[in-house]
Amino acid sequence: MSAAQTDTGATLAPEVLSVQDLTVSVRTPAGDRPLVENLSFTLRRGETLAIAGESGSGKSITSLAIMGLLPPPAVRITAGSVRLGDTDLTKLPEAQMRSLRGARIAMIFQEPMTSLNPVLTVGAQLTEAIRAHTDASRAEARKQALAALHAVRLSQPEQRLKQYPHELSGGMRQRVMIAMALALRPEVLIADEPTTALDVTVQSEVLDLLRDLQREFGTAIILITHDMGVVAEMADRVIVMKAGKAVEEASTRQIFASPQMPYTQDLLAAVPRMGKGKPRPETPTETVARLSDVVVRFPLKGGILGRTIAQVHAVEHVSFDIRRGETFALVGESGCGKSTIAKAIVGIAPHQGRIEIAGQSFADLDAAGQKALRRRVQIVFQDPMAALDPRMTVGTLIAEPLLIHGIGSLAEQRARASELMQRVGLTTDQLDRYPHEFSGGQRQRICIARALALQPDLIIADESVSALDVSVQARVLDLLQALQREFGIAFLFISHDMAVVENISDRVAVMYLGQIVETGTRAQVFGNPQHPYTRRLIDAVPVPDPSHIRTALPRLAGEVPSPVHVLGQGPARLVMRDIGDGHLVAQQA
Amino acid sequence: MTSATEVNFAPKGAMRRLMDRKLAVFGMVLIAIVVTGAVAAPWIAPFAPDQQNFDGLTIEGAPMAPGGAYMMGTDLLGRDLFSRILYGARTSLVIGVVANGMALLIGTLVGITAGYFRGWVGSVLMRFTDLMMAFPALLLAICLAAIFQPSLWIVALVIALVNWVQTARVIYTETTSLATRDFIAAERTLGAGTGRILFKHILPHLIPTIIVWGTLGISTTVLLEATLSFLGVGVQPPTASWGNIIFENQTYFQSAPWLVFIPGAAIILLALAFNLVGDALRDVLDPTQRGRG
Repeated sequence: MSAAQTDTGATLAPEVLSVQDLTVSVRTPAGDRPLVENLSFTLRRGETLAIAGESGSGKSITSLAIMGLLPPPAVRITAGSVRLGDTDLTKLPEAQMRSLRGARIAMIFQEPMTSLNPVLTVGAQLTEAIRAHTDASRAEARKQALAALHAVRLSQPEQRLKQYPHELSGGMRQRVMIAMALALRPEVLIADEPTTALDVTVQSEVLDLLRDLQREFGTAIILITHDMGVVAEMADRVIVMKAGKAVEEASTRQIFASPQMPYTQDLLAAVPRMGKGKPRPETPTETVARLSDVVVRFPLKGGILGRTIAQVHAVEHVSFDIRRGETFALVGESGCGKSTIAKAIVGIAPHQGRIEIAGQSFADLDAAGQKALRRRVQIVFQDPMAALDPRMTVGTLIAEPLLIHGIGSLAEQRARASELMQRVGLTTDQLDRYPHEFSGGQRQRICIARALALQPDLIIADESVSALDVSVQARVLDLLQALQREFGIAFLFISHDMAVVENISDRVAVMYLGQIVETGTRAQVFGNPQHPYTRRLIDAVPVPDPSHIRTALPRLAGEVPSPVHVLGQGPARLVMRDIGDGHLVAQQA
Repeated sequence: MTSATEVNFAPKGAMRRLMDRKLAVFGMVLIAIVVTGAVAAPWIAPFAPDQQNFDGLTIEGAPMAPGGAYMMGTDLLGRDLFSRILYGARTSLVIGVVANGMALLIGTLVGITAGYFRGWVGSVLMRFTDLMMAFPALLLAICLAAIFQPSLWIVALVIALVNWVQTARVIYTETTSLATRDFIAAERTLGAGTGRILFKHILPHLIPTIIVWGTLGISTTVLLEATLSFLGVGVQPPTASWGNIIFENQTYFQSAPWLVFIPGAAIILLALAFNLVGDALRDVLDPTQRGRG
């Protein structure tokens, strides 16, 4: 739905931003290396242009170049122009550029926590932003700030003005950023991955908000994203970038209906879609892990004596079992306790209740027994760069589990490491390299090889693919499934991404605020979602199809409920009801 | 446990890459000169260090300026400054390397233990560190030196006992943040023992910090030794150390500035030399810095 056509009825709205042959280069000892090459596009009033691409495609560099925020002195614009109305931004001195930024062209970033100053109140930052560009008095600026918070539909805006960024949730912080960006009615808004750090239900609310505000103010938006679902929902036109060059430019409908370039086709094919999950073979009913009534609570200390005054109820009475060779998915949004469960299973988070792996529990074993049990269950973390010791070579890292458990001689360990490297799609000559010399997807493969070294029964994949580009994600998921077939490993797949879960899981449990609200086979949970939260999660997933009309989601009133309760109190325990064939749904109060 | 596949956080060719850095080579040459001077002092020194020369003072009884038989001049007792600097290098090297090394070792052990285990062990260790920090270091050193019979090694020990606190604080803070990193959690899930995690995975990451504090500590400890010597509880005269040469002669600062300037410059150069080598070592040992700067 193009705003250009609906707003004015005329064919085309006026151009606000025009980028011509933009080339951005980085200075290296070997000469200039282009990061963005010959990029041209125009942006009209009220239009949303998506720049889509994977990491390293130059999409963020483009947005920084437009804002005049390229990191000096190494990276700079070497050719082309960026015209905002009649002004060429590339030729503007920094002082004038500064007065434009925020007033005529604004930007919101991926991580709202780091783009807000943590020691200033929201009100102070908003009024400062307004007063930097207008000669409004303090009181007027405050009034405008309040109006801006109203506009982004933040609950209790007067109170929000007095709060600090850490007192707000991620979604609220991103609303504050949007309020700040739009307070001065800029002509162009650059949104760089504005919802990537947010939960899927919050993401859909923020996207709705951006769309409404655009309709109201006629702002032109450049949306930088890697998520084709977001592109389909938001954009009028798309530029697909790869390695600094525009691969394809077309209207959103055209791109999705008939992508011309092979790269675009591959990119779209890699996007996980709901309902594309292949039927999976029956798995035996032998159990590899059983959780019964697991509770994890973290104490919050306070007062002069440092007594426990409240508890974070991270996991509340969770029970499920994982069968040999199956993929059990645990889905939920950030803070629902899914990662805490993972840590409890591998024995690095204290918990109550019983967790059995292959019939044994860490709680019953001595140190040697615990060490032996650790061989049976391995974990692959979300960020492979953080999970690999940067000072060790990849060969050492993969062989280390064998060394720790004293399996084989050094030569055998080395041989096994190179075997595992090949199995996950890397080459043996890369064994002596360090983790930083690999790409994100390759690093995750290294983590997988490391988890495989001990031939465990269960591998926990804690958001293991969510930091990867879609094409890489698809290949890593394929690898995981191939390994599962080959070795009969069970996966506990922890994710917030409903589409990925739908594609690869056998059974699913949906978590909300530390409790499971619905569990069953994939067909049961996705085919017949019974709990309102499950439905909400499924509906909020951006669909990579521009003709899809999303059902309007009821907006969350007020604040997200908190898992923190004072001592002695806790959330009501949900009662699960079997609605047939093991499809359990939490009963509504 | 140690094996060929394991010890490669000091990767192949580290020495050669160290040699590629001009400043590091300069630092190593300086250190080599000081060490040679200290070791070979009896052969190089033109005079005995405590020999008071009859012609070492002017008619008015003032120290002689550099030149002639006394290459660096003479001190207030007519002793040859060059000879004293050579012999003093022995003292200062022992203090700068041994005392400072002990301080680093204690600080690292306390910091890493407190930072990794936290809990009551951490609390006790760190409160003790805070206590030591709050206690005037000089007063403590004087007390300790008064209890034990002053000698070079006792002075080194005293200095180590005073100087480990800053290192412990810094190492503690870094260890706490390292201990929460994912790769440490990954090690724990692999079943790695505490010793392995501490020494194979945390310690290598602390090496840059240890090197920086170690090189900074050289000048601090050498000067602390000078202060102690001045107060009479350090190295006992007539043994020379760079620090006590400065303090013995400070009253002549106006008329014979070389007596303060030359040992001062020696201290600065030694600290600088260790600093240059330390900086280069830190970069060379860090695999993520390969191919940069």
